[in-house]
Amino acid sequence: MNNLEFTILVGLGSFMAGFLGALTGLGGGVVLVPLLTLVFKVDIRYAVGASLVSVIATSSGAAVAYLKDGFSNIRIGMFLEVATTLGAVLGAFLAARVSTAAIGAVFGLVLLYSGYAASRTQVETASSEPPDPLATRLGMNGVYPSLTGPRAYNVHRVPAGFGLMFGAGALSGLLGIGSGAVKVLAMDRAMGIPFKVSTTTSNFMIGVTAAASAGVYLSRGYIDPGLAMPVMLGVLAGSLAGARLLARTKTQQLRWVFAAVIVALGGEMLYGAFAGKI
Amino acid sequence: MSDWTDQKIEVIIANLLRAGVSLAAALVFLGGMVFLVRHGLALTQYRAFTGEPSDLREWKGIVHSALNFRGRGIIQFGILCLIATPVARVAFSGVAFALERDWLYVGVASAVLAVLLYSLLGA
Repeated sequence: MNNLEFTILVGLGSFMAGFLGALTGLGGGVVLVPLLTLVFKVDIRYAVGASLVSVIATSSGAAVAYLKDGFSNIRIGMFLEVATTLGAVLGAFLAARVSTAAIGAVFGLVLLYSGYAASRTQVETASSEPPDPLATRLGMNGVYPSLTGPRAYNVHRVPAGFGLMFGAGALSGLLGIGSGAVKVLAMDRAMGIPFKVSTTTSNFMIGVTAAASAGVYLSRGYIDPGLAMPVMLGVLAGSLAGARLLARTKTQQLRWVFAAVIVALGGEMLYGAFAGKI
Repeated sequence: MSDWTDQKIEVIIANLLRAGVSLAAALVFLGGMVFLVRHGLALTQYRAFTGEPSDLREWKGIVHSALNFRGRGIIQFGILCLIATPVARVAFSGVAFALERDWLYVGVASAVLAVLLYSLLGA
């Protein structure tokens, strides 16, 4: 394959990944690295570097939309970014220490979990417990718009959420993904933050987290411009198109299909890792 | 709690960031065109991992390479601009917290900024 053919094919694949990722809300990063490593046979370290770049592009490009609707909580986001960026730097350093097969195996497990988490229906957990005193001191409790007017919410278990966020950041740095599934686990389950608030705040944090590991990847020479170019432009165009279509489409069935694809890719990555193909 | 002003400042910042992403995408596109026109028919090699040469790893080399109008250098410079946008967002948020005299969060934003700068410059 020459560079022109490679650029066009990878660009198209990245467009589809970004498009489906935005449409289903599951993010394009999770399918991008398997696509590059399994289909295009790219070394997983280059694939992760290119994916990180695309994750920053989509997150920073979409931040306006997340902020305007009034769901995201900037203080929660900023505080947890301390954990995710520290984790991301650790993850990026780990990427240089462990074998590509190990990275592939961890990736496979994360894909399986993401597919499982995506197939579950989200239940709004309205907790009436008193807030964590730490959350109150940090000014994290907030208000979000609902159908019946503004609704107040309290934040719980800050240390547990902070710890999980460190893990989410490490996965993001090791695998080049947004780790949306783990972030939502931390905010929704551990900290009891309303679902809409946790998903938008998590999206809002992804760019900063990815930037922390992208710096390490760049200085280690893991970001190849020839590969990052079609990936970044493809994912960006795809996610913009997907977000535009989102308002007019029912996505529940598509979400199921995409979750199934993610699980299949997870199995494939695990197989590849243990068969010595990654 | 002045959530509303928070939100307004953040929307302004987010709009600036979108401009940053657009600039980065335009640079990457331009660099990609230069790269493909010159090397489009060369064979692709990403299967084997070699790592990038030093002029595509750190910002001095990248800027130098981009100024010489080399395709890969321009792409890498666009990527550098892209990585800088979230860093700028955290810095601006810190300024916004300072304007609100929320010193606790000025500290939190500074901590995030320190990690980001360490990763970009120190690692």
